[in-house]
Amino acid sequence: MRVNTLLVGTAMMALVGTALPAAAEDSVYIPLLTYRTGAFAGSGIPIADGMHDYFKMLNARDGGIGGVKIVTEECETGYTAQKGVECYEATKAKGALVYNPWSTGITLALIPKATQEKIPVLSMAYGLSAAAMGKTFPWVFNPPLTYWDGLSVAIKYVGDKSGGLDKLKGKTIGFIYLDAPYGKEPIPLLEGLAKDYGFKVAKYPVPADKMQDQSSQWLNVQQDNPDWMVMWGWGAMNPTAVKEAAKVGYPMDKFIGVWWSGSEDDARPAGPGGKGYLTLNFTATGADFPAVQDIVKHVFDKGNSSVKEKSKIGEVNYNKGVYNSVLMAEAIRTAQKITGKKVINAADMRLGLEALEISEARFKEIGLGGFAAPVKVTCDDHSGAHAVYLQQWNGTKWVKASDWIAPMKDKVRPLLEKDASDYTAKNAPWPARSEDCPKS
Amino acid sequence: MEQVLEVLSMVLVEPFARMATNPAFLVQVIWEGFVSGVLYALIALGFVLIFKASGVFNFAQGIMVVFAALTLVGLHEAGVPAWVAVALALVVMYVLAVGVERIVLRPLVNQPDIILLMATIGLTRVLVGFGELVFGGEPKVMIANELGIPSGVWRIPLFDRVVVIKLIDLTAAIVAIVMVAGLAFFFSRTRIGRALRAVADDHQAALSVGISLEQIWVIVWFAAGIVALVTGIMWGARSDVSFALEIIALKALPVLILGGFTSVPGAIVGGLIIGIGEKIGEIYWGRLIGGGIESWLAYMIALLFLLFRPQGLFGEKIIERV
Amino acid sequence: MFYREAGQFKTGYADDMAVFPIRQDRIGIAVILAIAYLAVPMFGSPFFVSTIMIPMLILTMAAIGLNILTGYAGLISLGTGAFMGVGAYACFKLATAFPDVNVLVWVLASGFFSAAIGVVFGLPSLRIKGLYLAVATLAAQFFLQWCFVRIGWLTNYSSSGSIEAARRSLFGVQITGPGASETARYLCVLTLLVALTWIASNIVRGRIGRKWMMVRDMDIAAELMGVRLLPTKLLAFAVSSYFCGVAGAMLLFFHYGSMESIAFNIELSFQVLFMVIIGGLGSLIGSYLGAGFIAALPVVIKFAPQILGIELPSAVVDQVTVMIIGGLIIFFLIVEPHGFARLWQIGKQKLRVWPFPY
Repeated sequence: MRVNTLLVGTAMMALVGTALPAAAEDSVYIPLLTYRTGAFAGSGIPIADGMHDYFKMLNARDGGIGGVKIVTEECETGYTAQKGVECYEATKAKGALVYNPWSTGITLALIPKATQEKIPVLSMAYGLSAAAMGKTFPWVFNPPLTYWDGLSVAIKYVGDKSGGLDKLKGKTIGFIYLDAPYGKEPIPLLEGLAKDYGFKVAKYPVPADKMQDQSSQWLNVQQDNPDWMVMWGWGAMNPTAVKEAAKVGYPMDKFIGVWWSGSEDDARPAGPGGKGYLTLNFTATGADFPAVQDIVKHVFDKGNSSVKEKSKIGEVNYNKGVYNSVLMAEAIRTAQKITGKKVINAADMRLGLEALEISEARFKEIGLGGFAAPVKVTCDDHSGAHAVYLQQWNGTKWVKASDWIAPMKDKVRPLLEKDASDYTAKNAPWPARSEDCPKS
Repeated sequence: MEQVLEVLSMVLVEPFARMATNPAFLVQVIWEGFVSGVLYALIALGFVLIFKASGVFNFAQGIMVVFAALTLVGLHEAGVPAWVAVALALVVMYVLAVGVERIVLRPLVNQPDIILLMATIGLTRVLVGFGELVFGGEPKVMIANELGIPSGVWRIPLFDRVVVIKLIDLTAAIVAIVMVAGLAFFFSRTRIGRALRAVADDHQAALSVGISLEQIWVIVWFAAGIVALVTGIMWGARSDVSFALEIIALKALPVLILGGFTSVPGAIVGGLIIGIGEKIGEIYWGRLIGGGIESWLAYMIALLFLLFRPQGLFGEKIIERV
Repeated sequence: MFYREAGQFKTGYADDMAVFPIRQDRIGIAVILAIAYLAVPMFGSPFFVSTIMIPMLILTMAAIGLNILTGYAGLISLGTGAFMGVGAYACFKLATAFPDVNVLVWVLASGFFSAAIGVVFGLPSLRIKGLYLAVATLAAQFFLQWCFVRIGWLTNYSSSGSIEAARRSLFGVQITGPGASETARYLCVLTLLVALTWIASNIVRGRIGRKWMMVRDMDIAAELMGVRLLPTKLLAFAVSSYFCGVAGAMLLFFHYGSMESIAFNIELSFQVLFMVIIGGLGSLIGSYLGAGFIAALPVVIKFAPQILGIELPSAVVDQVTVMIIGGLIIFFLIVEPHGFARLWQIGKQKLRVWPFPY
């Protein structure tokens, strides 16, 4: 650390400069970029709690991972890129293992920075879809699947219900989405699939400031009367959409949301009208898993959780947070195995993420049997296009409504490749991958 | 040439043809526009009340909506019966009005508009932080059933089709109309209302005839608080109660410049023009350029009117002297 | 005593028109520049330079832009964020279309695009005044943001909808894109800011600035005295938007490196307006002080407990920070509605008469 001598204004600097603790012995440091404030806090709070509580449980039950304690620190982003970047800059020097941006905007801002500074970014089923191309983005990971994969599953499901994908010809699929890069991302694939299968697409953008007043969008839906509706929504947009759909009398069992539109808080406000609403999901709901019960036992019951009510544990977004931490924890274990070190660093973490494989047996071993589909990340594919299932709101809770459905990898992969090459062209000179693939 | 004609027909002919072929749908669109218009008018009314009496452009109206709704739901969650919670929420809004008057407004008397505007944005920050600290950021479900707001749907056959009217929208429209009428009555017929108008006219003259400015300010801020609570209940019941609700207050701004900052009828007429105009624009023309144009269409409508009447439809004429 | 101009005589017109007519000011500015150019990059920790100084300086540029419009010409705008966005998108398009031209040229050129857009949205200012105009400028804010999302061409049809700063260098040193050192980025930002501040200070104290101030104080009177309102007001919009546009381009290229349209939202507009009001309307120094307060203070407050080793939930820290900033804004508006610039003047006056205050 350099010595700061200036008085005015640099008193602050001095604090920053000297107070950065070196990673203590036998612990690893993971900053958690969370948002418990702002317009999207409703989704951010359970996610943050889930991430946090799983690590706390590992620390309390097993003394960490492989004898190494996990030190987490939350940094509030409020879902804004500005604060997210501040958080990144403030925490990276403390030996951050990996970043979970939990916002598309922050992910996009961190990808170039973290790639340069060699810290992995784990954006679990959000962020830049093209990041699945591990050859181009060695430091970014987005398992278990991308938005495009998710959309292809939705279309597959629609095809199944209509008696085969070829029966989609002439049908109309409505797509209601948040009018932001996140919501617009699936459109190229949707239009591509429309061409392949001969269905029509009707688009209903919802501007961010109209999230709570979607009457125009649903009037249009009423007029077009599409055969199916697909939604890419987030935050306050979801409950409003479900309510409006119920109001215009749209058949709820033909209305499919993405996994970020499928929390209890999204469906509950619609009351009985929301019954039948479908969403994609890649984690199981409920707390009937030994590991989740361990969270209750070791964290919640001891008052170490910031969850207020026990019933919140096991809700959709909470479980997403848990799953995110499971991915990190398993990656740390893998990295420890590969490198033989106990205390790993960010580069080792990258190796761990790239060699991450959680089989069904392994899920059972960590007390989460059936919690999610087996995950395998490879050097070539940082996302893995893993299967998801559809869940249906029965009026009081989510129930599983389909088997695990695998995405249409053949349709998605070319788009990912094209997008990755677009990205590198736009950001030329994008560094070529210098990291070796782990030997398997 | 043909392309030009085609574009012209898309813009000038087809939308009207669509209206004519499906009049029931047009009625539905106008109804939806009417409901949002009335609700915009309600928020705009909160702005107008305060601006009239104290010259403050109250940007905090949006967060007051959230704050009032959160207080109501928060109290109910804590076990307070619904209607008692409403009463308590009103008490909280009154305390807020007194606090704002004492701490913010009184020391800022006679400052330029922009300083007062910024002070209310500062107030917004304080309330956002405070509200999140107290109530947490989770979205809450509005206690619509407990308050007796109906949730059913009416399907009215019309021109061989059906017009759907959500009872909650109907309730919202009725409540808003009653509120607006009540406030208009209050302004024009009661003693306090006359005092309010006197203050709006001339602070000093009002002071000289014995009207207490402080009292008037507390009253208008409290009235704006009541409006905020009603708005919060209605919008909250239409979606959910979260901090995202703050954004809807922005929708009242074009209504304000259209109707004039100081005019109660202006807020109502402006609200209806914007509400119905943006719905019709979005449904019949919006998709020609990709949809989602509502976020700025309202401003464009308002700007168009402003070019002809710079002080808004019903605003006081600006007379400038050198 | 410390700040006395006695004995410093102006012997020519040039002296009278100097930017810093008083010796102490010249020394002061030299010291500040020396600190900014030498001490900060040498001694500042990377966090301080990259997370506090760079955004603060960039937002200062935007605040200067808005101050020209609001403080000097008396036209309130709530569309600053969108005008900054125009600069960022223009710079992104230019830099990707012509990668061989130095990026600094494009940063400066992108301001002209937002100036043009600014003029268009400034047109209503001829009819509409005061708060009505402020709300009308929101039309620009929402319309432009819609364009950023909708017009794929602006982002080169990127499916993520984001714009990124490519790697570019100056004299062989990388200044933008991932991997550019914070010192290099900081020095670029600082140099651009100093140069443009110097230009701004010359505009506002010259013929054009005086016209703006006449319009601000009473536009009808100004018109009667021969100031043509249309070109004067539109010029104010153009110059102001130029500064904002350059600030937006810098925000993309020297700070974030990658942005999506939502970053240029109304919050940013408010933030910049706060800087102008808290700093002091019609004062360039005020823009600096205001930006320091609004941009840097929240970061300091937010990370202070963590640095001091106090364990608080991050959400609570954030909520308290928001409350403190809101409270301080109200406090400063009450205590000194003319902003920090006035406090600065009072301070100078105190130094001038010390130790014998009247």
